[in-house]
Amino acid sequence: MEYFIQQLINGVTLGSIYGLIAIGYTMVYGIIGMINFAHGDIFMISAFIALIGLLILFGAGISWLPFLLLAVLILSMFLTAAWGWVVERIAYRPLRGSFRLAPLISAIGMSLFLQNFVQIAQGARIKPLPPVVSGGFILMDSGDFTVNLSYLQIVIVVLTLVLMTGFSLLISKTALGRQQRACEQDRTMAALVGINVDRTISLTFVIGAALASVAGLMFLLYYGVIDFFIGFLAGIKAFTAAVLGGIGSLPGAMLGGLLIGLIETFWSAYFTIEYKDVAAFSILVLVLIFRPTGLLGQPEIEKV
Amino acid sequence: MAEMLIITGLETFYGKIQALRGVDLHINKGEIVTLIGANGAGKSTLLMSICGRVKARSGAIVLEGLDITKAQTHEIIQMGVSQSPEGRRIFPRMTVMENLQLGATTNQMAYFDEDVAKVFDLFPRLNERKNQRGGTLSGGEQQMLAIGRALMSRPKLLLMDEPSLGIAPILVRQIFKAIGRISKEEHVTIFLVEQNAFHALKLADRGYVMVNGAISMTGTGSELLARPEVRAAYLEGGAH
Repeated sequence: MEYFIQQLINGVTLGSIYGLIAIGYTMVYGIIGMINFAHGDIFMISAFIALIGLLILFGAGISWLPFLLLAVLILSMFLTAAWGWVVERIAYRPLRGSFRLAPLISAIGMSLFLQNFVQIAQGARIKPLPPVVSGGFILMDSGDFTVNLSYLQIVIVVLTLVLMTGFSLLISKTALGRQQRACEQDRTMAALVGINVDRTISLTFVIGAALASVAGLMFLLYYGVIDFFIGFLAGIKAFTAAVLGGIGSLPGAMLGGLLIGLIETFWSAYFTIEYKDVAAFSILVLVLIFRPTGLLGQPEIEKV
Repeated sequence: MAEMLIITGLETFYGKIQALRGVDLHINKGEIVTLIGANGAGKSTLLMSICGRVKARSGAIVLEGLDITKAQTHEIIQMGVSQSPEGRRIFPRMTVMENLQLGATTNQMAYFDEDVAKVFDLFPRLNERKNQRGGTLSGGEQQMLAIGRALMSRPKLLLMDEPSLGIAPILVRQIFKAIGRISKEEHVTIFLVEQNAFHALKLADRGYVMVNGAISMTGTGSELLARPEVRAAYLEGGAH
C-alpha cells in the first residue's frame, strides 16, 4: 500500500510535467492543424536557460530559494516564449497556405536544428545540477518502506495546478481566449470579425512555449541532469499525452499528461523499467483503436 | 452623393481559373445595393475580395477614398466593413453571446450592452437562445446571429451573402424586414448578394446583375425587376 501511494505521488509529478508540455502541442494543432515537432526541443532549450540562469544567480551569491526559483522561472518563461515566437515566425508562417506537409517537414527540420544548435553551443555531455530544493515530508512509515512527499513534488504539482487553472480561465473567459478559440473553429470567419489571425497564432506559440518552459525548469530541478536530447523523448511523450486526451482539447492534454505519467511510473514500479515507454505507447494504441478522437476529443462537427 | 465603395476593373483568379473579369461597381453612402446572379457567377468571390480574403490580380477597391486593395482582412474590418458570409459561418462551439462578443472585436466591446440590446430587438429569437451554442441553432437562427454578429462592430458598410439561402420562407420575410430596418435605423450602407432576386430587388435602391464574373446589367431595383431578361433568368418560378 505504501509502495502504491509513493508511485502515485511520483506519477502525478511526472504527469504534471508532461501535461504542461502537451498543452503546447494541442493548442498549436487546434489552431493551425499542425504537429509542432520542435515543441519538445523548445522545452529542452528552456531547461538549458533555467540551468544557466540558476548557475549565474548562484555565482552572484544569491541563495534565497523563493527568489531564486521565481527569478529563473520568469526569465526562462520570457526567453523561451521568445524562442517559440521566432520559430513560428521563420519556420512556419512563411509556409502558411502551402501544402499540408510543408510545415510538418519544417518542424522536424527545426527540431533537428535546435538539438544540434544546443549540442554545439553547450556541448553534448550531460549537465548536472546539484539539488536545489531538498527535503520533504514523510507521509507514512511502515518500517520497511517510507512514503516521501518532497517539497519539490509539492511545488511542481501546485504550480501546475495554478498554471492550468489560470490558463483555462484565460481561454474560456478573456477576449484573447475567445479570439484564440475563434481562430481554431473558423480562421476565415475569425479574420472577418477583425481578429488579427497571424498575431493570434503567434501568441499561441508564445503561450505554449511559456508553459513548456515551466516544465523545463521542473524537469531540471526534479531529475538534476539535462542534455541536448531530452526534448525528443519528453516531446514524444507529451505529444502522446495530447493525442491520448484528444488532440485539440485542452482538458484532454492535461488528462493525457497525467495518465501517461501515471502509466509510466506504475509500469516501472510493478513491471520492468525497460519497457515503460512501450507501456505508455501501447495504451495510446489501444485508446486510438477504440476511441480514435482520444479520451476527451470531439469529432469534427458537420456543417449544417 | 458620396461614395462608400468604388470597385474598378477588379480581376481575381483561383489558380488558373479566372473568377472575376473586370468588375466595376460603386455603392453610395446610405444605399442598399444588391448583386444578383446565378450560382458560381462570382458573387461571393467579390465579397471576399472586398474583405481582402481573395487577392486581386488587377483593379482597385476604394473604401471612402482609401485604397484597400492590398490591405489585410482585419485592417479592412477595422476600417468599418463587416460581412455576414455565405453559409453563415457561426462559430459552432461558442454560445450566441460569445459569437456576438467576437463580432465586437474591432471596438473592444466598448458599446457591447447597447449593441446587444439592439440586436435582440431586431431578432428577439436570439435573446431566447443566448446561452446556446451556435452549432445547435436552426438555419434561420444562425442567419440572424450572423447578421447580428456583423452589426456588433458598428459597420459603415455591411456585406451580406445570401441571407435567405436555405431558410424557411416565413423567416426570409422576417430577415428582409430586418435588413430594411438596419438600413433605415442604423444608417448602415448595405451590399446584399442574393439569389432570391425578387425580394432583393424590391428592397434595394439599385442593383447589379453578375454573369460569369462580370457585371452585365445595372439599374434601380424597380428597373431591373421590370427588365424581361432579368425576369426570365432570375425571377420566373423563383418568386415567393
